[in-house]
Amino acid sequence: MSVKVAEEWLNACSGCEIAIVDLGERLLDVLQLVDFVHMPVIMDHKYLGQKGDGEHMSIPEADVGILSGGIRNEEHLEVALEMRKKCKIIVALGTCATHGGIPALSNSYSSQEVLERYYSTESTDKPHAWPDQGVPPLLDACYALDEKVKVDLYVPGCPPHPDHVFSVLTALVENRPPALPGKSVCDQCPTVRQGKGELKRLRRFLQAPRYQGAGEPLNKMRCLLEQGILCMGPVTRGGCGGNGATPRCISARVPCRGCYGPVRHNGNQMLDMLNALASNGIEVQSLPEYTSLLRFSGAHHLLHPKRSAKEA
Amino acid sequence: MSQVINIAPITRIEGHASIAIHLDDAGNVRDSKVHIMSLRGFEKFVEGKPAEELPRIVNRICGICPWQHHLASNKAVDGCFGVSVPPAGRKLRELMQVVSHAEDKLLHFFFLAAGDFVIGPDSDYAVRNVIGIAKANPDLARKVVRMRQMAKMILEKFAGKAIHPVAGVPGGFSKPLLEEERVEILKQVRELLDFALFTMDFAKTKVFPPYLDMVQSVGVIHTGFIGTVDDDGALNLYDGRIRLMKGDGSRVDFDSLEYTDYIGEHVEPYSYSKFPYARCWNEGFSLDLSDPKGIYRSNCLARLNVADKMATPRAHEELEEFREKFGRPAQATLLYHWARLVEEVYACERAIQLLEDPEITDDNIRAAVEPKAGRGVGCLEAPRGTLIHDYSTDENGLITRANMIVGTTHNIGPINMSVNQAARTLIKNGEVDEATLNKIEMAVRAYDP
Repeated sequence: MSVKVAEEWLNACSGCEIAIVDLGERLLDVLQLVDFVHMPVIMDHKYLGQKGDGEHMSIPEADVGILSGGIRNEEHLEVALEMRKKCKIIVALGTCATHGGIPALSNSYSSQEVLERYYSTESTDKPHAWPDQGVPPLLDACYALDEKVKVDLYVPGCPPHPDHVFSVLTALVENRPPALPGKSVCDQCPTVRQGKGELKRLRRFLQAPRYQGAGEPLNKMRCLLEQGILCMGPVTRGGCGGNGATPRCISARVPCRGCYGPVRHNGNQMLDMLNALASNGIEVQSLPEYTSLLRFSGAHHLLHPKRSAKEA
Repeated sequence: MSQVINIAPITRIEGHASIAIHLDDAGNVRDSKVHIMSLRGFEKFVEGKPAEELPRIVNRICGICPWQHHLASNKAVDGCFGVSVPPAGRKLRELMQVVSHAEDKLLHFFFLAAGDFVIGPDSDYAVRNVIGIAKANPDLARKVVRMRQMAKMILEKFAGKAIHPVAGVPGGFSKPLLEEERVEILKQVRELLDFALFTMDFAKTKVFPPYLDMVQSVGVIHTGFIGTVDDDGALNLYDGRIRLMKGDGSRVDFDSLEYTDYIGEHVEPYSYSKFPYARCWNEGFSLDLSDPKGIYRSNCLARLNVADKMATPRAHEELEEFREKFGRPAQATLLYHWARLVEEVYACERAIQLLEDPEITDDNIRAAVEPKAGRGVGCLEAPRGTLIHDYSTDENGLITRANMIVGTTHNIGPINMSVNQAARTLIKNGEVDEATLNKIEMAVRAYDP
């Protein structure tokens, strides 16, 4: 008997859904095992009935509910609650769902400030009022899924590697826990670490790292952090390269920015990174700013508007 | 009694939108609205971030076209920092641009749109999709999945990350292309071109013919168009001047730095998304079906309409055939599907041209950049239309101001008009069934929003 799956996207970009499509030919095998009952990106099941005359949102019952994206407005919340009600297992797919992701950078600002800027850019005719007819009001922040509904399985990644998506889907079909990587990005990084150096300051990623020509394998290149380039590998959950492969950004000779979120679910990538730098004698003031260290994990109240605490 | 019919959510598109159709007492369409439900606020939260980090932040605007946001952002930061990209770096960026276009069009045609044509607009919703196609025509499905995956893996294998890429950097590209990689990718792209030509032929002979009546009736509106052309007036996806064409064929070309002189964004109370319009036409903004004001369209049909020619031979042949059949500018909305496949041929041919250029394997791919105060407008053609990233930086190279106009946004007004037109054409005397509502959605899907 096949497993019924419902899928929804919330405050997201669709990259997680494309990661499912990127299963490639494995997708065709998955379709033999899984029965999608609701998935707006590829199928036409509607919230309010197929003739559009229903009054309440309804999603079919399913064994597994997959949700990508965080929760930013009242519609996201309504969908998440309905999915929780109708699905036995809820999977948080992608770093927006697990930790807020890039859109949670907006948590540094009030919703008022976000709307203010968006509707006053240089190309915009300033409106009399912001949209409020038939569009869901924004919540006060961008929330990770588990701040609003219970989550049974976390699958971080921006996006999660298709190998992990496959591993999760097949495990759910076989009713067993999936094997997901748990260590840091550095754990799977092939670059050369020589231990503590004389490095005092970090430089911005404005020029190429040092390596000996295009053909030099990555396992001959010095660790980017040891070259003085900020790399979030030490404080970021590993596995982005899929089954046993090199971290994806490193394979482009580009430093990690933390897209799999913290190594432990409750970790704080900014504090952990600043601590790691300080304990190695690197001046944290050499970074141009710190907010970006939480660019993938600003939900769970880690980022918030500057003055709100005092004024509240 | 007046009644509202809700199509919620609009499906087989990217993101959150719904349609509300308001009927009058007689059951005829009084009005319709397309509600765009999401707002994330990138324009605000990129402020204060180091500009060189933006190409790795704003790619999250869209998981289907992250390469375009990534590359437009790099171009904008190049402008802020006043850097010239070495030729090989520029060519690698364009290669990624056209290969990702090729992948995207296969995704849209076969995975999102084809259910309506291959299975049929009236069929049951449970099979009117890619899963239904996989069951009805497993050989075709396997071929499609394999070809799309090959395009995607070209990006992933060479550039490290295909979704939310990182390999474009201000000043150029992060890694050079090795000769053995060039040879391998060239072989794969040639196979993609064969598949693009097969798809074009398959669509023209088997997919489109039964729907030509529908093409002339559903979602048809009359608007202007926008796209990017090079100095010869040929369609260019990566660079050039922006061309804005009126419905009567008259047109103006401008540099992306001047975009605010030509394009404005109107705000309506029922949609978080803004409504770009042609400010330079000095006629204001209106979605009135019989007398629209300032409305132009973007994406593949628009690009084909504004271009004088295609820069590659097979795509140019297809453009000539398209024009002979449908005129210039072609206005029928469902022709977006046809135009998309012509562009698929172009994207593959252009990738081959780039890969046959010996300079593409040059080691000099990245100029070092210095953070400084400046302004840059990065512009290119995303699958869904002309994409504009406009940034300013302070003396430390931190972002002080960002404005973005995303490809699909240009089409928000036209999508509203096409839905309105389709609803008025298809709903009479309160008679509404599922197939009718799906046909109204097809008027949205053509735009691939």
